[in-house]
Amino acid sequence: MSLFWALFAIGVLALLFGAILGYAAIRFKVESDPLVEQIDQILPQTQCGQCGYPGCKPYAEAIANGDQINKCPPGGEATIKKLAELMGVEAKPLDAAHGVEDVKKVAFIREDECIGCTKCIQACPVDAILGAAKQMHTVIVDECTGCDLCVDPCPVDCIDMVPVKQTTQSWQWDLKQTTTGDIPVKMVS
Amino acid sequence: MKLSLASSPHQHVRRDTGAVMRLVCYAALPGILAQVVFFGWGVLVQLILAGITAVAAEAVILMLRKKPIKRTLQDYSAVLTGLLLAISIPPLAPWWIIVLGTCFAIIIVKQLYGGLGFNMFNPAMAAYVMLLISFPVQMTNWLPPQSLVENNASLLDAVWVVFTGYTVEGYSVAQLKVDIDGISMATPLDHVKTALMSGQTVAEATNVSFMYGTTGAGWVWVTLAYLFGGLALIQQRVITWHIPGSMIAAVALVSLLFYVVSPDNYASPYFHLINGSVIVGAFFIATDPVSASTTPRGRLVFGALIGFWIVIIRIFGNYPDAVAFAVVIMNMAVPLIDYYTQPRTYGHRA
Amino acid sequence: MAITPSFDTVMERLKRQDLWQFPGGVHPPGQKSLSNTTAIARVQLPEVLYIPVRQHAGLEGSVCVEIGSQVLKGQPLTYSNAPYAVPIHAPTSGVITEIGEHTSAHPSGVPELTITMRPDGNDTWTELFPIHHYQHLDKNALIERICDAGIAGLGGAGFPTHIKTSSTKPVEFLIINGIECEPYISSDDRLMREHAWQIRQGVDVLNHLLSPKCIVIAVEDNKPEALKALNIACEDNQEIQVVSVPTVYPAGGEKQLIQVLTGREVPRKGLPNDIGCVMFNVGTCFAIADAIFSGKPLLERVVTLTGTALQKPQNVWALLGTPVSHLLSYAGYMPHNQNEQQVIMGGPMMGFSITSLDTPVVKITNCLLAPAKNELPSAADERACIRCGFCTDACPASLLPQQLYWYSKAKDHDKTQEYNLFDCIECGACAYVCPSEIPLVHYYRKAKAEIRNQRDENDKSEKAKQRFEARKARLLEEKRLREEKHRLAAEQRKQAMAKDGSAQDKIAAALARAKAKKAKTAAQTEAVEQPIDAPQKSAESSTVKDKQAKVAAAVARAKAKKAEQTTSAQSQPASEKLDKQAKVAAAVARAKAKKARKQAEAEQGVKQETDVIDPTATDETTAAPGKKAKVAAPVARAKAKKAAQKAAQSEPAEAENDAASVAEVNDKEPPKEKTAEQIKREKVAKAIAKAKAKAKQNKSGENAE
Repeated sequence: MSLFWALFAIGVLALLFGAILGYAAIRFKVESDPLVEQIDQILPQTQCGQCGYPGCKPYAEAIANGDQINKCPPGGEATIKKLAELMGVEAKPLDAAHGVEDVKKVAFIREDECIGCTKCIQACPVDAILGAAKQMHTVIVDECTGCDLCVDPCPVDCIDMVPVKQTTQSWQWDLKQTTTGDIPVKMVS
Repeated sequence: MKLSLASSPHQHVRRDTGAVMRLVCYAALPGILAQVVFFGWGVLVQLILAGITAVAAEAVILMLRKKPIKRTLQDYSAVLTGLLLAISIPPLAPWWIIVLGTCFAIIIVKQLYGGLGFNMFNPAMAAYVMLLISFPVQMTNWLPPQSLVENNASLLDAVWVVFTGYTVEGYSVAQLKVDIDGISMATPLDHVKTALMSGQTVAEATNVSFMYGTTGAGWVWVTLAYLFGGLALIQQRVITWHIPGSMIAAVALVSLLFYVVSPDNYASPYFHLINGSVIVGAFFIATDPVSASTTPRGRLVFGALIGFWIVIIRIFGNYPDAVAFAVVIMNMAVPLIDYYTQPRTYGHRA
Repeated sequence: MAITPSFDTVMERLKRQDLWQFPGGVHPPGQKSLSNTTAIARVQLPEVLYIPVRQHAGLEGSVCVEIGSQVLKGQPLTYSNAPYAVPIHAPTSGVITEIGEHTSAHPSGVPELTITMRPDGNDTWTELFPIHHYQHLDKNALIERICDAGIAGLGGAGFPTHIKTSSTKPVEFLIINGIECEPYISSDDRLMREHAWQIRQGVDVLNHLLSPKCIVIAVEDNKPEALKALNIACEDNQEIQVVSVPTVYPAGGEKQLIQVLTGREVPRKGLPNDIGCVMFNVGTCFAIADAIFSGKPLLERVVTLTGTALQKPQNVWALLGTPVSHLLSYAGYMPHNQNEQQVIMGGPMMGFSITSLDTPVVKITNCLLAPAKNELPSAADERACIRCGFCTDACPASLLPQQLYWYSKAKDHDKTQEYNLFDCIECGACAYVCPSEIPLVHYYRKAKAEIRNQRDENDKSEKAKQRFEARKARLLEEKRLREEKHRLAAEQRKQAMAKDGSAQDKIAAALARAKAKKAKTAAQTEAVEQPIDAPQKSAESSTVKDKQAKVAAAVARAKAKKAEQTTSAQSQPASEKLDKQAKVAAAVARAKAKKARKQAEAEQGVKQETDVIDPTATDETTAAPGKKAKVAAPVARAKAKKAAQKAAQSEPAEAENDAASVAEVNDKEPPKEKTAEQIKREKVAKAIAKAKAKAKQNKSGENAE
């Protein structure tokens, strides 16, 4: 009999705790961003399409559905690392088939050669090119993501991708990179 | 033309880690001297043994870890660890006690956690706790002050005892412990604890020869010598007053509380402060930078809680002294203390 | 925040000289006696001056001189209407020799826009307009004068002074900072000793502008002579309190000095004027007095030349833009006395080592320090942090430098910000005391720069995302509208058909006839313009044409490629010519193909729209080309003439080509009858040809090399 009571008590306890756990799971559910949003957050938003998808969001959706995480050259190693962390997979080297990691660039239109065809305007994924038909076009540098998509459509090849220049504002205290010397910061422990 | 570049500040105070550690060692000298005077040459033997073991162990482990040996040894932290352990153990403890303890402190507590700066526990105290738990007999074999013992041991005797267990003449440690009156001696803390357990009052327990009179004042003098060294450290700005201050205050306060409730059952604050290693602990051990709290308020909390645990463990625990236990316990709480005692940053609301 | 002491409390304590304290601080050896014993000297004019366009915190102005222009001393070189911009001026008379990039006075040494000028040695002033009765002048005019004089905080931050003086918040304390807590530097010290009266004049102007309740001049107690001089200069005004502040680094920091004097703390992300304080450096006061009373803009400043690698450490008046090397050689620089050649701009605690001796002196340069061997310890390898907490004790902002160090090193930027990294003033006290010689500040600066860049990047990607999505939505909306329009039109037509048949039919028939006519004429005009794509009436024929054009283009492209390959294989002039021809032909062909496709598409559109019963729309679309053609005809003629001339002049090969292309294009029509389409096409073709030719040139150039 005592055995029965013991089993009964344990059973009741199990039910009780199960109910509490179940309730807690519903009551205190942590609302997190949907996975796609999180992935999209990590991607560099250049909208360059080098991954083979028309923009970063579609690639984010593809990753969420199991696509490889190493197809984003503008994001480079850093992005792959973050994606690997988020997706819980191994970080891989960048897939060279989609391009190589490059320094940050912005488009520059040689304005005296521009014929005002508006082709680049149509190609720009972020509306960063200003101009009208038969008028000279120009790139809004602050908005340009450096995606390269405007270079090919230009019939007169007047668009260059210019590396973003380092300024005193963007300098990262990297004394090692200056040509004149470096600072001995070495860790010995 | 090439100009060398450096990041500011270009000026630098010229007191490096090694200098800081050396200063702590120097500050311990008066206390060590007092210990030698009152408790014989054994202390010195232990110190030398500990120092050699510490440096050797550190060198070996650094070699295995492929770290620069000379540069790291120059920080003197290993020497300091050995020193602290040596002054904490009974002067005539067998040689393997100190060797084992020092190796444990350097290799396991310090280097295996990543070396100086990364160890969570105070190496000397962690080793002391290990020794005390593993070898309680050897670790409680304290000698009475030399003026009271029947057989005074010379330096040669001390060396002999440490390595063989017997003096040149063949006395054992147990015999050395016997005083003129033929009573086997223990430390006052030990004695009082045993007496209280057997139902005596504090007054009765402390009414024994080795606790009174000019001759029996050895413990007091040693404590005072360390206090002097500790104050010198504060004066030299090697340590701040926070930890020792709050720790001593806490010991006094908590023991006073018990004393007021029942003077018969609990020893006075004076007794608690002057006996055992409260003072050494407050100035030399709890202030070990690596394992102590670093925020100003955190140091106060850290010190006070160590003081609290010392009294609690002394009164309710099985071991006579409790500094090592208290320090190791509080070492574990340091990250928590640091997190909750961040100072208010300039311009921020509290 | 701690309780903010009231004005009366502060005044009382100031009177009693019972000041507050800031937490932490260090006492590095002062070394001021190296340079503060002699009077401020004048240096002869340098051979060349490099004047950076931006020398202050804020925006730079636009350059308003040209290379070769002769400028007079004090003439502005830039102008701007932006509120945070201050101009720069020619420090002496001379000629502008270059406007380009030059090493900046910044730890990075990254080149920045700099005006280079060569002094003519005459030092001729431009016309100056001193103000003698500033009290009678409008405050805004005074502030404008300060701005036009190019004055930016000379203490080190370079914040534009006119911004501070135009504060609208009530000012309780006007604090004049004569602390100069950095070791070695004595420029303010000398200035206060020698020009206390002019500083006082500047203070008077500021007093007039800001009407503070109280003026405090704070000087560290290690400068008794300066204190004395200022006391004498300010004797007659009871409102001015000259206060001696205990020497501790960094008491001269703005936030720290406010805390010492008033017990108040500048709130996070706030400014001193939020707590009723405004602070100016003594050098700034001196410059303000110069600007108002003698009309002189900020052209020079006191610079301490110090360090034991100099034979004659001293203070000098240095024109802004003077290369460091000029000043150093004046002070007897001995590079061989240094371990490694190193010159620090600023003090040993917060200064930075410059990357080149051509670096110019700028508005914020208060000191040039050339330390000899063993004078300053060389940066040793850092050891492990032993968590000693010395840094915490030294931090004047009550931060936890050691935690910041761990997290900066681990690049855990969320944590560093949680530990208030951005409240760090980079004073260097923590790294100064660190027994493990960890360059803590360097870690913080790196972390800060990384966080800032990261933030910028995130902002940018967020913006890109929004723009991308907005564009997508717009395209979708456009598509939807188009479809909607088509649908509505179709419905209307159906309705019309369904309603009364005969009348509507008749109208429709009439309309259709009219339309057909118009379409015909339009087609004819187009035929005129577009001989290749013969007038089309059906979508079918246009698509056929389109295809043909595509094929033609593809063939042309392929040909061009081949031609290119052959030329790149052999770089002989003959093949070059061939290549050129092929390319031009290809370009023309491509352009043509593109045009053709476009036109076909357009025509399809026209057709569709004509299908829809929408007379006005058809009218417009059909009428437009006609009109255009009319307008464009004369222009076209002129162009054609020019083109013909050009063609005649240019090389035979090209001319032939040109002519061929023109002929091809104009097949049936004489150039006279060129239409707008034609012109456009020609332009495109020309542009293409030009681009190709350029590419070609480059290539041949490379080949030649």
